[in-house]
Amino acid sequence: MTPPPISNDSEAIGPPLADETGGGVSEFNLKHIASLARLHFEEKDLKVFESQVAGILKFVDELRKVNVDGVEPTSHPLPLTNVFREDEIKPSLNVEEFQKNSPQVRGRFFEVPKVIEDKS
Amino acid sequence: MNSKYLTTIGLEVHVQLNSKTKIFCGCEIRFGAPPNSQVCPVCLGLPGVLPVLNHQAFRLGLRAVLALRGTPSKRIKFDRKNYYYPDLPKGYQISQYDCPLGQGGALEIETEGRLKKIRLTRAHLEEDAGKLMHDISAAASHVDLNRAGTPLLEIVSEPELETPEEAYQYLTHLKAIIKSIGVSECNMEKGHLRCDANVSVRKNASDLLGKKVEIKNLNSFKAVKAALQYEIKRQTEALEKGEAIPQETRLWDDLKQKTLSMRSKEEAHDYRYFPEPDLVPFFVTQEEIDRELASLPELPKEKAERFARDYGLTTYDAGLLTQSSGIADFFEDCASGFPGHKTIVNWVIGPISAYLNEASLEFEALKLAPETLIRLIKLVESGQLSFQTAKEKVFPEVLKTHRDPEEVMKEKGLAQVSDEGALDAWIAEAIQAHPKVVSDFKSGKETAAMFLVGQVMKKSRGTANPGKVQELMKKKLKELV
Amino acid sequence: MNSLADKTASELSELYKKNSCTQKEILDSLTQAIHSKDGKLNAYVKFEQTRPIHRKPPATKARHQNIGGQASADGDLRSPLWGVPIAIKDNICVEGQEASCASKILQNYIAPYNATVIEKLLDAGAVIFGRTNMDEFAFGSSCETSFYGPAKNPWDLARVPGGSSGGSAASVASRTAIAALGSDTGGSIRQPAALCGIVGLKPTYGRVSRYGLIAFASSLDQIGPMTRDVRDSALLLNVIAGYDPKDSTSADVPVPDYTSFLGQSIKGMKIGMPKEYFKEGLSKEVGEAIKSAVKKLEGLGAVVSEVSLPHTEHAVNVYYIVAPSEASSNLARFDGVRFGYRNKSAQTLKEMYEKSRGDGFGAEAKRRIILGTFALSSGYYDAYYLKAMKVRTKIKSDFDEAFKKVDVLLTPTAPSPAFKIGEKTEDPLQMYLSDIYTISANLAGVPAISIPCGFSKNNLPIGLQFLAKPFDEGTLFKVSHAFEQATEFHKQKPEEPSS
Repeated sequence: MTPPPISNDSEAIGPPLADETGGGVSEFNLKHIASLARLHFEEKDLKVFESQVAGILKFVDELRKVNVDGVEPTSHPLPLTNVFREDEIKPSLNVEEFQKNSPQVRGRFFEVPKVIEDKS
Repeated sequence: MNSKYLTTIGLEVHVQLNSKTKIFCGCEIRFGAPPNSQVCPVCLGLPGVLPVLNHQAFRLGLRAVLALRGTPSKRIKFDRKNYYYPDLPKGYQISQYDCPLGQGGALEIETEGRLKKIRLTRAHLEEDAGKLMHDISAAASHVDLNRAGTPLLEIVSEPELETPEEAYQYLTHLKAIIKSIGVSECNMEKGHLRCDANVSVRKNASDLLGKKVEIKNLNSFKAVKAALQYEIKRQTEALEKGEAIPQETRLWDDLKQKTLSMRSKEEAHDYRYFPEPDLVPFFVTQEEIDRELASLPELPKEKAERFARDYGLTTYDAGLLTQSSGIADFFEDCASGFPGHKTIVNWVIGPISAYLNEASLEFEALKLAPETLIRLIKLVESGQLSFQTAKEKVFPEVLKTHRDPEEVMKEKGLAQVSDEGALDAWIAEAIQAHPKVVSDFKSGKETAAMFLVGQVMKKSRGTANPGKVQELMKKKLKELV
Repeated sequence: MNSLADKTASELSELYKKNSCTQKEILDSLTQAIHSKDGKLNAYVKFEQTRPIHRKPPATKARHQNIGGQASADGDLRSPLWGVPIAIKDNICVEGQEASCASKILQNYIAPYNATVIEKLLDAGAVIFGRTNMDEFAFGSSCETSFYGPAKNPWDLARVPGGSSGGSAASVASRTAIAALGSDTGGSIRQPAALCGIVGLKPTYGRVSRYGLIAFASSLDQIGPMTRDVRDSALLLNVIAGYDPKDSTSADVPVPDYTSFLGQSIKGMKIGMPKEYFKEGLSKEVGEAIKSAVKKLEGLGAVVSEVSLPHTEHAVNVYYIVAPSEASSNLARFDGVRFGYRNKSAQTLKEMYEKSRGDGFGAEAKRRIILGTFALSSGYYDAYYLKAMKVRTKIKSDFDEAFKKVDVLLTPTAPSPAFKIGEKTEDPLQMYLSDIYTISANLAGVPAISIPCGFSKNNLPIGLQFLAKPFDEGTLFKVSHAFEQATEFHKQKPEEPSS
């Protein structure tokens, strides 16, 4: 993949915004977002959800009015820095015991539906 | 390759950092452990857990950045890269997006006899994913999370490599540096070094950069070279036919020796990067940088220059010797007690390298003591052992059993025979057994003598001193004429 | 009836010291109260299957030999929480107990380790006693999104206890718990505390370790005590606060003895009332209760003035971008691979993910995951997430400015007393506005407490909120305790729920 951009200031940069000046509720496509979030929706629920989420988005879109020129984003409420742990070995978990929680296992492995290798 | 086409290659190399424990938890990193035995709530991504950064992994990453002449970001932070895959326990990978550990840097490679500088874009820390197995059963895939959370440094080059050979050179030099500074064992078999390549081909310099194709699943340097050769050919042929090259990700198939297109996804990846709220930002002070720089050992390139200067080696030999600090140290140890530097070099880049290649071993695995090699060399130089026998019979045995070369030589009766009495007997026998060859020689066919020398060597199981045999044989034959 | 279940933690501690009761008597009394009341309240989750946990240090024996009740050298005896049962919100991990976040997707999930707060409580000799109901994954302000059905408000069973820590609030208020832990991401401790008439504290971000709290929004979440009075709140914070090497965001700031702030005079204390909190949307009854509380505080010598937090109006907008964004990522691990619910009929991997998550999450969880996924998605990150993080900075600096002028801020906790079950479930936005006064504290990371300050004409509790500078919980306890001592609201208790 393309290496992400590098920031020289301390500001976080995200992907570019398609429509910076747009004022209204952004294009919102529930099916696309649901697929990204791996959420299945019943066909009958789609409409209600879509209008609810669109309503909330319209509400949060109020933020567009706020001028934040030159304001740094706050990702952490506290100014903590350089928190490390030392390179010391800690005991591992007993996985066989833990696997009582697992929906499907084979031996010590977790089992998932066959992943088809993604090549043609 | 058609020369009117230009190729641009960029490499992304994942280096496994050799900390004792994982990057965000205290699980031991151990290759080959039973599945899911090196896991804890943190690296299993269980509800409620939090990551805490391993200081050693951070230090090792910083060391690599500095050795590659990069600069730490002013403010270093971690980000979440969100996607779903069974080997990714949390549904996101903790990586670095816009404030990576290191920025810039460069690496020098030799290409067509000249030095070329390849700039680096960045180097960032991230956690490795687990392993997904497909061959345990036909009906399901299986997840082993031992590897999940292993610290990786991803080193991204600028797209400044132009040939597969340059890519190979780049990887060789990168590996040598990373290994020499103790940041990674760089064991390819264990996946300590993994590579993705980006390659694009365009018609001529004035064209925009061509569509980029990413190649994954490159598990050896050889595979990188072969995959790039294949891919450049494929793209060039497509351009020749006037076809467009789609931007895509392709997998290298090492068995078929070709790249295969990964089916275009239903949706493009949207990793939704955002700052990891469970980790705080990191700052590196100038003191830390200075301390780390001061503790860096001599880098391979510096070492090669010194070897060429101090031991009178060619640039080529010095370059080969310094690609592994194990080999370089071994050479120096040998050279300190033995003046025949060129002989040592010949042994190292000859029989020793050949043995390593064949057995797919790292030099360290040989556990070869410098004195052992010197003793072997001395046996050859003193004429007690032929070079051929030393290389083919004694040396492999010494490596296998770690015994003294002379002992091996004696036990196997491989000592070189230079005694004229013994040699004369063999020579007489050969002459007697091959009258036709002797008459050939008499009629002026000089090469016939070599056949008879070969017969003597055979008879002596290689122990006869070949120079001496030749000398005596010629003398004997001339007497017959 | 004045049973042991009616006692506060500090009262129980006194009884223990005098050897006037045993741990068994207390647990029996609570169990009895739960049996008689919780069928109606639904404050606990799977109570019968949840065994109390108590660490028995060797020093336990010494305690019983210690006639006279004075603290001896053994650690547990010095702890005022020794033998005190604490109810735990269902999103905090206790080793060997189910931790379901009131969600189908985590039903029957047994946590294999203890949250740091649980370790600290056990070390202090407390008894981990029962798990409390909540909004699914703490998404809600009414406890109605729980997979186990809504918890009820003990003051009126037709009304919500607030949320998301509704079960903790209802149990403490109804005397089916002595004290409880809750978690607060946008008001989830304080709003239910206000609606149920108890004391709820959200500590400074980083004051209490989040390790073992099943994350909702990592940069906002804090665990805090929910108690019947201010003293118990201080006692609990004494135990659970402090640096944790397992949580990179926990602060290495010394923990004072918070009980030392109790009983201090508030004469001359400067209290600010942010004018933005007293605009439309605030119910008349709550407004009046706050007004008389202000009079009371002035009577105690506090100096009350108006201040401004100009970006308050944007707090809810910011919150409903930041919190769902972080949540959408935090909840990605519920994928049916290693633990939790899996839809077994799914054939492909993608279908397994989508159906497991589709079946496993309730409607509000889905709404927030969708909202957050969208706010982080390519092309929208700058307009939503990044923008919200920048406005967050402005909200935070509003507080910095205000605390240059005053010691604490006073606001209502919730716009109205408890609303009816079902009243807001159809309109998510209305539900979100229940947190309008509590959200800013999480965005700014400052500590805030809700304490009872009155009752509506329907006899529903009303709460007021104090906010202070980061790590200044002491001042919150000081002013809250002074107010509590001068009033009787905290002594009111709901009637037994009638059958």
